[in-house]
Amino acid sequence: MHHSMESRSLLNHESLNHTLDRLAYQVFERHLNVSELALVALQPRGTFLGRRILSRLKSMYGTEDIRYGELDITFHRDDFRRRDEMLVPASTNLDFSLEGIHIILIDDVLYTGRTVRAGLDAMLDYGRPANVELMALIDRRFSRELPVQPDYTGRVVDVVTDETVKVKWSEDDTNNEVILFSSTKHDEVK
Amino acid sequence: MTKLSSKHLLGIKNISREDIDLIFSTADNFKAVINRPIKKVPSLRDITIANIFFENSTRTKLSFELAEKRLSADVINFSAGSSSVKKGESLVDTVNNILAMKVDMVVMRHPNPGAAMFLSERVDCSIINAGDGAHEHPTQALLDAFSLRERLGDLTGKKVLIAGDILHSRVALSNIFCLQKLGAEVAVCGPSTLIPKHIEALGVKAFLNFRQALEWCDVVNMLRIQMERQDIQYFPSLREYTMQYGLSRQLLDEVGKEDIIVMHPGPINRGVEITSDIADSEYSIILDQVENGVAVRMAILYLLAGQANSAN
Repeated sequence: MHHSMESRSLLNHESLNHTLDRLAYQVFERHLNVSELALVALQPRGTFLGRRILSRLKSMYGTEDIRYGELDITFHRDDFRRRDEMLVPASTNLDFSLEGIHIILIDDVLYTGRTVRAGLDAMLDYGRPANVELMALIDRRFSRELPVQPDYTGRVVDVVTDETVKVKWSEDDTNNEVILFSSTKHDEVK
Repeated sequence: MTKLSSKHLLGIKNISREDIDLIFSTADNFKAVINRPIKKVPSLRDITIANIFFENSTRTKLSFELAEKRLSADVINFSAGSSSVKKGESLVDTVNNILAMKVDMVVMRHPNPGAAMFLSERVDCSIINAGDGAHEHPTQALLDAFSLRERLGDLTGKKVLIAGDILHSRVALSNIFCLQKLGAEVAVCGPSTLIPKHIEALGVKAFLNFRQALEWCDVVNMLRIQMERQDIQYFPSLREYTMQYGLSRQLLDEVGKEDIIVMHPGPINRGVEITSDIADSEYSIILDQVENGVAVRMAILYLLAGQANSAN
């Protein structure tokens, strides 16, 4: 990362925790029947958010039995052969059928909407869900290229194109942070 | 490392260890895909692939075609028997005519060694060698090594014996290169007439005694006698060959190999190089090789197609 780049914190660890609590409560509020619910987090970065929402929902619903899967969308992207670097696939861990249940698709930063489109496409390989809702920790709402909107939003961020939003998740979950960088490095743009 | 070092797959000799590792890690993902209820991904939906086979093939052709279809590519098939090649058209002309129909990649099997490389220097698309005479068969070697890696993990220091008709085998040469790049020790075994001269120059041990060779190895890859490539008599009779170089349960019991892995690239001549009870035994990973063939070929097609765009 370049040293001259300016950065400022959008959410510190404590406020990020409040946001995660709120997102989980919103799911809890809307979904009475946990047996018809499944969380599907998008690889690679959506899984950090997904796992944290999952652990909160487990204590809210009072059960360990909540379906949670991680979905890799590499083979469903629409920019294959249109970019210079190859895309490295991550693993998909989804050992249940999505047929007829309520899905919450989870990613950390919602930007162009293309990842979500690919995620919807990839999900079809696992059945036809009753409905799909979208959760994003950060919604960069003026950067959309497809008609995709979140149902659960952590924070809306209005940034110009050469700014980057990065969610930093610490391994031990003690120092998470959302940071806005004001000069862009290509590989950090979601 | 997210990119292959070449826009073609012509042989194992000219790819790197990093290329092999990238193909394997990508194939792991595709193996998960082909074990799902819906075995198809849309990655290559705007790509057309021509399978050009100037030599007979069942397994390789089916495996490539399935891999292409599971990646959503459009596929055209061509076999020399029913084509203008019989009317005297040259290889370059044949392929250029096919490319004029906007084909992006060519998978080719040809009886002449070096045919894939020859073509890659003359036409402007990715070429995948599906076997060129007795030279190389890179996708077979990659799926063999991938299957071994699934059983054994890291192949460093593992001892692999390739037994049978080494002289006429493209599988043998590609396997030697591939296994050595992965750190394995390789030996060959067969009648002296079917062992190429100077094979030791490749860093390969050569056994004439099959029993001794079996005692040495962890893995044995049994090759078929390629009657169609044999212009002269290389051994007195098939019966004698089987007695000297055939793999049977009795022989394995005598050598005392309880955890040996038995491979075969197919087609099997049951009762000649391998008995039925061994081909179908717990030692055998022959059907794993076939299953992995689709995943490995998907990985190769995916990686080559992905960089065709940015390749120079």
